[in-house]
Amino acid sequence: MEEFVNVYFFGKKYEVPANLTIMRAMEYAGYQLMRGCGCRNGFCGACATIYRIKGKKDLNFCLACSTKVEEDMYVATLPFFPLDKQVYDIETITPDQQLMMQLYPEVYACIGCNACTNACPQQLNTMQYIAYAQRGDYENCAEESFDCIMCGNCSNRCPAGISHPQVAMLARRINGKYIAKEAEHLLNRVKELHDDNKLTDDVKAIMNLSEAEVQNLYNTRDIEK
Amino acid sequence: MYPESMMESLKKVEANRAANAAYEPARMSAEDKDALLKKYHPDYIEDQFENLKIGPNKGEKVPHELAAMLQAHSRLANYEVDLSNPDYDVDVLVIGGGGSGSAAAIMANEGGANVMIVTKLRHGDANTMMAEGGIQAADKENDSPAQHFIDCYGGGHFAAKKELVYKLVTEAPDCILWLNHLGVEFDKDEDGRMVTTHGGGTSRKRMHAAKDYSGAEIMRTLRDEVINRKIPVVDFTSAIEIIKDDKGNAAGAVLLNMETRQIKVAKAKTVIICTGGAGRMHYQGFPTSNHYGATADGLVLGYRAGAKLLYPDTLQYHPTGAAYPSQILGALVTEKVRSIGAKLVNANGEVYIHPLETRDVNAAGIIRETSDRGNGIDTGDGQAVWLDTPMIELIHGEGTIMKRIPAMHRMFAKFGIDIRKEPILVYPTLHYQNGGLDIDTNCMTTEVENLFVAGEAVGGIHGRNRLMGNSLLDIIVFGRDAGIAAAAKAKDVTVGNLTLDHVKAFEKELADAGIETELISPKLLPDYRPEDKKDHMLDVIVPDYK
Ligand SMILES: Cc1cc2nc3c(=O)[nH]c(=O)nc-3n(C[C@H](O)[C@H](O)[C@H](O)COP(=O)(O)OP(=O)(O)OC[C@H]3O[C@@H](n4cnc5c(N)ncnc54)[C@H](O)[C@@H]3O)c2cc1C
Ligand code: FES
Repeated sequence: MEEFVNVYFFGKKYEVPANLTIMRAMEYAGYQLMRGCGCRNGFCGACATIYRIKGKKDLNFCLACSTKVEEDMYVATLPFFPLDKQVYDIETITPDQQLMMQLYPEVYACIGCNACTNACPQQLNTMQYIAYAQRGDYENCAEESFDCIMCGNCSNRCPAGISHPQVAMLARRINGKYIAKEAEHLLNRVKELHDDNKLTDDVKAIMNLSEAEVQNLYNTRDIEK
Repeated sequence: MYPESMMESLKKVEANRAANAAYEPARMSAEDKDALLKKYHPDYIEDQFENLKIGPNKGEKVPHELAAMLQAHSRLANYEVDLSNPDYDVDVLVIGGGGSGSAAAIMANEGGANVMIVTKLRHGDANTMMAEGGIQAADKENDSPAQHFIDCYGGGHFAAKKELVYKLVTEAPDCILWLNHLGVEFDKDEDGRMVTTHGGGTSRKRMHAAKDYSGAEIMRTLRDEVINRKIPVVDFTSAIEIIKDDKGNAAGAVLLNMETRQIKVAKAKTVIICTGGAGRMHYQGFPTSNHYGATADGLVLGYRAGAKLLYPDTLQYHPTGAAYPSQILGALVTEKVRSIGAKLVNANGEVYIHPLETRDVNAAGIIRETSDRGNGIDTGDGQAVWLDTPMIELIHGEGTIMKRIPAMHRMFAKFGIDIRKEPILVYPTLHYQNGGLDIDTNCMTTEVENLFVAGEAVGGIHGRNRLMGNSLLDIIVFGRDAGIAAAAKAKDVTVGNLTLDHVKAFEKELADAGIETELISPKLLPDYRPEDKKDHMLDVIVPDYK
């Protein structure tokens, strides 16, 4: 026998199978989703959701696509949150602490309440990465925030009005471009490809082989251990 | 966290783990692979396909579900759109805000064009966001574009358009560098060397990754760059028809606001279709790993405008879709899990195949194991085999899983399965559209002038089977090139009078062919409301008293 639970979407009660995610339960109830539904599997951040279990004090934050319904769950989806994204030219910025002060000065208004961390459905240490951002420590901010899917649950809770996902986005781009070491082998290969035709000629040579020859080449190619 | 019914099998997997981890299964011969595919791969099940009755590919076979959409009515069949006052007038119109669309828009902007993106859901609600495993490029010393060519062309069963594969492999290093310089954080060692691994069908370790958020890392960076460049993005808006001009060239698109249902007209000198894949078509009833908006729209838009499809009959079923628990049914278990050491194990605890055979072979292998061979595990939703994830830490040491595949750990942990200690259950899931619109090396469709295509909506780059890591690569290579080519072409284009006559002509073709259907296309979104509920729903709450 299928088990059912009572859930409340935006305050209205529906009875739904107990093994569904919040997202599937909304569809079961009859919603054709448009907002708040993207990847359906925890990667895109479209489905930020808040809920409270009837009679309990705490407010919970989750992703509707990756959270199972529970009895007496009061659900409100939060399909959009007005994050503040500053524009900049990645080619000409100077990756120092000054930059953070210029673009996202509100990080310095953090009061250390940790509400952002508690709201993160990815279990990131959000307040910690904001602390790194304050110091202009882009490398650690990038590493700590790497799994961010930019759902906005954190910013929704922030009394200082910080747009954490955008701060982290800036840090990661700076780290990827300016701080992490360049890959020499990649630079070399790009240069090789542009300097002479040897590598491209090798490809063309294969393209000119007969079908039987290419098949043979493929079936007998050595595979790196 | 597995039910009692699976315990006996699970015990066998555990008992054999050490031996299985050390065991190197043989690779299959070319003949054996062929035989396996013919007997078990969904692409070979004849009665799942039908021949098209109209359009540029008339007489060729496609899956029933796609035929139904290609031969359905336009939303504009009984609706006159006023084309005389376009709401938008741009040089380059990009349809689809995923990875290929964003790359195209950035390069068109770089080329000086006035470019606009229109996208169905949010910018970045796309298959690109979901890619986990990585992106290929031959940039290590022991590797070469030629080697990459052989892997890609052979893996695609020698069916790809060679000139497209040439572009793919020779422009790959450039693209990785471009992404890296935009700020994409690839996995590197202390010296800056890229950490690269194998993927199914690769002969060199050339899979670059950003943990197992490779696509998300690329997508969010490209999206950030699109915003920094102030490229307009019209979101929650779908293209529902290509507009042509009286010369027969593509000249824009009719747009539908997904929320208010308002129609808008976008006029453009060149149009790029970047609409991605088709997982939500649920071919042959398979679950899918794809995002919500993956409904083959670009194929329908292009086909109705007269563009040709190449290999629309080949789909990729990813061997390792999650099969348990049911909340994540069909969700992708990245191939990287196998790249870094986990093997496929049947109900008896036996490794029955090499884990890194190409995807089609491994998908067929699982179907064989769980059907004729009777070595599957019953999940309640269907059959499955084990993917023995704890092997990874047995081989590479504790902590490897959190470091290399954190997203996988998280996906299962949410439902009480710790993949460091317990294996997971998998079964093939509909993953990728191998075929698509036929393009030349300029990314323009072979039949319709000024209509460009990039990304998963293209057919021919991967032949009849795509290798892991070559799709993220192709969306960047061809996305960039399409943006450059469309911007350059736009400089020479004078748009004639706009028309939707081709849509009328298509409706007539439908009628002449005797096709009777109530369906409309493109599909735009799947509908997951229960049928019995839909039967009792009224579409209109506030009637129109005009
Ligand atoms: C779970 C998963 C994992 C993957 N892992 C890998 C991997 O490790 N390596 C690899 O190389 N590849 C991988 N792939 C494949 C790869 O990610 C995709 O093929 C690729 O990203 C597709 O990019 P795209 O730009 O063509 O389409 P998408 O990124 O899907 O973008 C298409 C966009 O177009 C929009 N759109 C669709 N129709 C319309 C319309 N009518 N009007 C307006 N907009 C529209 C969509 O909403 C979407 O935003 C994976 C795919 C999935 C689903
Ligand atoms: S729908 Fe993408 S995270 Fe939930």
